[in-house]
Amino acid sequence: MVKKIMTGNLAAAWGAKISRAEVIAAYPITPQTIIVEKLAKFISDGELNAEYLRVESEHSAMAACIATSQTGARTFTATSSQGLALMHEMLHWASGARTPIVMANVNRALAPPWNIWADHTDMMSQRDTGWIQFYAESNQEVLDTIINCYKLCEDRAIQLPAMVGLDAFYLSHTSEIVDIPDQDIADKFLPPYKAFYPLDVEHPLSVGSLAMPHQWYSEFRYKIYKSMEKVIPKLNKIEKEFNKEFGRNYTGSLDLYQVEDAEIILVAVGTVAGTVKDTVDYLRSKGLKVGVIRLRLFRPFPSEELIKALKNASFVGVLDRSFSFGNEGQIFSELKASLYQTNRDPLIKDFIVGIGGRDITTDTVKKIYENCQKCLKNKKIDQEIEWTNIKV
Amino acid sequence: MNRAGIPIEEYVCSGHSACPGCGALLVLRYVLKVLGKNTIVTSPACCFTAIAGMFPDTCMEVPLLYNAFETTAASASGIEAALKIKGKKDNTHVVAFAGDGGTADIGLQAISGALEDGHNIIYVCYDNEAYMNTGIQSSSLTPMGATTTTNPIGKEAGWKITPKKNMMDILVAHNIKYAATVNPSYPIDFVKKVEKAKATKGFSYIHAYSVCPTGWRYQPELGLEMGRLATETGAFPLYEVENGKYNITYKKKTKNVLEYYKLQGRFRHLSEDFINDVQAYIDQEWQKLILKEECSKK
Amino acid sequence: MKNNQKYSSVEDLPEASVASVSTVYIKTGSWRVYRPEIDKEKCIKCFICWRCCPDISIGIDEEGYPKINYDYCKGCGICSHECPNEAIKMKREGK
Repeated sequence: MVKKIMTGNLAAAWGAKISRAEVIAAYPITPQTIIVEKLAKFISDGELNAEYLRVESEHSAMAACIATSQTGARTFTATSSQGLALMHEMLHWASGARTPIVMANVNRALAPPWNIWADHTDMMSQRDTGWIQFYAESNQEVLDTIINCYKLCEDRAIQLPAMVGLDAFYLSHTSEIVDIPDQDIADKFLPPYKAFYPLDVEHPLSVGSLAMPHQWYSEFRYKIYKSMEKVIPKLNKIEKEFNKEFGRNYTGSLDLYQVEDAEIILVAVGTVAGTVKDTVDYLRSKGLKVGVIRLRLFRPFPSEELIKALKNASFVGVLDRSFSFGNEGQIFSELKASLYQTNRDPLIKDFIVGIGGRDITTDTVKKIYENCQKCLKNKKIDQEIEWTNIKV
Repeated sequence: MNRAGIPIEEYVCSGHSACPGCGALLVLRYVLKVLGKNTIVTSPACCFTAIAGMFPDTCMEVPLLYNAFETTAASASGIEAALKIKGKKDNTHVVAFAGDGGTADIGLQAISGALEDGHNIIYVCYDNEAYMNTGIQSSSLTPMGATTTTNPIGKEAGWKITPKKNMMDILVAHNIKYAATVNPSYPIDFVKKVEKAKATKGFSYIHAYSVCPTGWRYQPELGLEMGRLATETGAFPLYEVENGKYNITYKKKTKNVLEYYKLQGRFRHLSEDFINDVQAYIDQEWQKLILKEECSKK
Repeated sequence: MKNNQKYSSVEDLPEASVASVSTVYIKTGSWRVYRPEIDKEKCIKCFICWRCCPDISIGIDEEGYPKINYDYCKGCGICSHECPNEAIKMKREGK
């Protein structure tokens, strides 16, 4: 194992390299560029035996990825924001075609106004495309999750694509120490990809053909639904094995921090969770019972795990770094919906934070906590949705 | 082995759901006859999506990958890249098979990208001159004067005024290695050109004239007659461009476009004046083509 | 094999719509209105009819003549129109 100081973008490139991606089809976009530059360099230096497809758009990038995966090659791509939005049609195609493509997405806001900084609108908008969605908190997690994703996605029971989100600049351009797994161990952990229905001239198949309403269209969609149900248990199993091989422990769909006895629990996604954890440490030092749940996985949505983790909480504050206009923050909506199925009824409030890269400091989190505390004391929330740090 | 000048082997089978007299099917049938068993086809949304059969049926005896409308060239380059890394490209041909809308309109950007990126694929456009699968809407390859459902005849004209986009020149401007127009009415010429595409190391393009009795409104038995008229009038000239050098493979432009247009319902509304304009345009393009060929010899 | 006999439930299905059943069981001959008939007296065995058939429904018989497979022929009439010796006549079905 080698330790290196690297940015999240480089960690993503290393993740693809250690996974022995065979084709990379990608189009550059800020702040993703370094991922694909590094992969192109790995290939031109002979350090990665792969084809680099210099396509003319993200749409073609994903179309090419689908074709390479269907032909039988392990496929990687990376994008961000507008690029992910342009892929939208093909994201549906990739999951419908059951191609285990893994993609890094640098989470960035959408224009207008132009903005290249962190928020989660890009990936949240792809919620219903049938992709597994991870959000990372550290560069190490970016690298490790990419490897785990291939193992997960290529499993016969899953056969779905996955995207790994890393926050623009907070991870993409920030350096941390990262352990690079040994290639030998990684090769044992992740055997070569074998497509189940490859394009093969010896066994000609017509892949992706028309399915009529009275025949099998619904059943193919039902199969995706069933496979998504298997993702979390499979992920837990894979991460156990990963821990055994590489010594790093991941905890499946959720990352729980000080939740066991917490009265107030904050729910967050991505890098902001780090700031929240720091704030929790501070508040705990003052004797306050507060904890944080970081969602690692947004699709499939870990409803059962969340319900379990929230069982002792009286108040839940959700930090959404994206917003569904006309409704509310996406995580807030889904978490509320999950709780509806239980007899648990904690107070719950949505805090919209960090939109377009607005900084979220420990002070921001402290204010959020104080507001939660006040609401809990009044046994009533002051407002359901609060846009934090808006200049009024 | 050949029969009537073309290979005997078939890689498309009966039972497909093409309209009677479909030109697209003949195009695919001839292309695959030349390329043979070691071929992978990718096709976007187009008539062929419906023709090939619905799950679990297929008329294809070589692998086929369906992909979205604008992706054909990207899809083909993906297949090529995966075959390369798996060490299988040398003995496998990758064919993109798309209609005129998928090629000249929505898929144009992807073709430009894949061609410039140097992929070794054979792109076949079956040009039936409108979005036929969706019900005969105009594309940028619908010819001058045609009526379609989006160029409907009304009180104030309405038919398509503009000529076809010149796909061949667009691709030649990319320094394509080999590009050719083919027409199933000239099967020997057709087969020869696909053989050249097959031997080309790099991107090659086949622009195939593809009759559509349903959309053009003529009696289906006239399909090949229609093709001959298209070429004899210069409405669909047969030529190839090899490394920038033009070569007209059918030089006898002997007929007036009226003879071609008058057989088809889609042109029935046209006045003599408009037909004269079409004739003038075709003559001008033909002259340009002759000049390009002459320049190629210098 | 009949189209919907290959799979009987969601469990049998592949994960994606991967088609592998040849369409040859689909008898498109039922679409036909006019029926091509070959006059062997006139046929010169040039096989232009075979070459130009979009339905791939012309084969070869024991005597080396082209043979129309009426299971698939949709009756487009191209073969009849293209026959250099007028050896193929189109006749209305049922008459």
